[in-house]
Amino acid sequence: MLRYVLRRLLQAVPVFLGTTLLIYALVFAMPGDPILALFGERTPNPAVLEALRAQYNLDKPFIVQYFLYLQDVFTGNMGATFSGRSVNDVLAQAMPVTVKLVIMAVVIEFFLSVVVGLISGLRAGKIADNVSLVIALIFNSTPVFVAMFLAQYFVGIKWGWAPVTVGGDTTWGAMLLPAIVIALTIFVTGMRLMRGSVIEAQHEDYVRTAYAKGLTSRRVIPVHVMRNSLIPVVTNTAASFGYLIAGTTITEGIFDIPGVGNTLYQAILRGEGPTVVSFVTVLTIAYVVLNILVDLLYAVLDPRIRYV
Amino acid sequence: MSRPTPEHYVAPFEGNDIIEIDAKQLPDRRSNLWLDAWRDLRRRPLFYAALIVALVVATMAFFPTLFTQVPPNDNCQLPLGTRGPNMGAPMDGHPLGFTLQGCDVYARVVWGARTSLTVGLLVVAITAAIGIPMGALAGFYGGWVDSFLSRIGDIFFSIPYFLAAVVVMTVFSEHKNVFVISFAIGGFAWASLARLLRAEVLQVKNKEFVLASEAIGRSKFSTLIRHVLPNSLSPVIVSLTVSLGAAIVAEAALSFLGVGLGSNVMSWGNDISEAQTTIRTAPMALFWPSLFLTLTVLAFITLGELVRDALDPKARARR
Repeated sequence: MLRYVLRRLLQAVPVFLGTTLLIYALVFAMPGDPILALFGERTPNPAVLEALRAQYNLDKPFIVQYFLYLQDVFTGNMGATFSGRSVNDVLAQAMPVTVKLVIMAVVIEFFLSVVVGLISGLRAGKIADNVSLVIALIFNSTPVFVAMFLAQYFVGIKWGWAPVTVGGDTTWGAMLLPAIVIALTIFVTGMRLMRGSVIEAQHEDYVRTAYAKGLTSRRVIPVHVMRNSLIPVVTNTAASFGYLIAGTTITEGIFDIPGVGNTLYQAILRGEGPTVVSFVTVLTIAYVVLNILVDLLYAVLDPRIRYV
Repeated sequence: MSRPTPEHYVAPFEGNDIIEIDAKQLPDRRSNLWLDAWRDLRRRPLFYAALIVALVVATMAFFPTLFTQVPPNDNCQLPLGTRGPNMGAPMDGHPLGFTLQGCDVYARVVWGARTSLTVGLLVVAITAAIGIPMGALAGFYGGWVDSFLSRIGDIFFSIPYFLAAVVVMTVFSEHKNVFVISFAIGGFAWASLARLLRAEVLQVKNKEFVLASEAIGRSKFSTLIRHVLPNSLSPVIVSLTVSLGAAIVAEAALSFLGVGLGSNVMSWGNDISEAQTTIRTAPMALFWPSLFLTLTVLAFITLGELVRDALDPKARARR
């Protein structure tokens, strides 16, 4: 196990260097004035331009610029947003909100995947299976902003069951609606995994043995079928945690949830290019780290992985 | 030219019992992976539904004038005076009503199909053009080629591709067009396709026909092109169909955020973004482009899923 962990961490080093280099090169190796290009049609304050040029060391050769930037990333110095707050401050305030939202969404996704996947796996090929597949596909194909608007319009405005926007009220209850919508739009993957492994498990020898020794399906399904089918669903849920931490931009923007995604959303809308780059860097790093953790989780849950 | 051949004794053909057993047992119908998949698909009503939606959208994209005579931008100033409680309500010749600016929603929805489909197809082409060589070469040659190409793929795979597209579009904010946005999406989306193909090639390259191809003197590269690649393409085609839908969503989402196509371009994402301000007063202007977007994406994703199912003999046997 320890060897696997070390190897996985070593593999992550080039990926980490590569991703940061890629983002950096994309933004700052542009011909012309990269800082000016980030603002598009807007003409920024000259003082802001000076500060940014100094922050990214644009007078030095590219590779030196990159390493100085990397040093900033490691020491947690990500610069400041346009309103003058440091990116670290904003993150410290916004990250807990995003994490809370994502945890809710992931828990709901997990239960949806398990329950719907179990039902369609046990009734494979029957009506319940086909109906749940079609419904899951419809949810999955609905672009996240369309789903959010539908929820906002019907649940929030028309029926008044939930607040239309979250705003400063980041309690569990207020964020339940966006969390449910996120879960609905992504649960198809987990549900299909659950369905597939339930179908396979039903044909396993140990399940036949369990029935043969006289156990009822009420005991066989939860203890023998479900337990072994849960592994892929658990890892898929963990993977979607990482994906969602970096992917709540639109949701948080529409529901005005004061998380990291919303900060990025506002920066995009206002055309604050450098702030966008800072936040994308942070979110990408978070995504890379979470993916490593997911891989380690795979190895813990499924011993076969470790020996490949 | 005729060489005298030594005479052979040949057993009489008639009346030999063995012939019955020896004859090859050919099935009555031809059978291969794609033919079986096609037979399976033809039996599923969902397949026809998805296909029809996809074809309608494609027709809309190529011949928008078949569906509407109203130019999408022409009379945008017309009904501004009709604002009020009844704002945006449908009227004769404008079945889906008007947007805040007074543009005809139906015309804009029809014309928007072209943008979505163009971006979708371009992204698929870019994804395939980068992902297929990367995955095929990495899987087939192995060794340092594999390590090198796979690490490059890992880097692109590790950046959430929507965020990457946001950065690219921010940097290129002065050059917003379908090509730039397609590169912004496809330039990062190829990594998962490369992974998928690499895994498939790894399996196929150990089959006997690959060995046979090399044994008859075909070069390694030619074996890859003629035998390995055609036999590894089925998951790639499925994945590309699904990614066509995903690319359409990505374009709409980028346009929705205002970093996609410029507001002068007809795009469902732009229209949804614009209509969100009137969600309380004129929800229908938000609803229609959303519906078309969702239906289109649903059609392509469903097609992909059904083909995936049909190509998987294990899944077929279960049904």
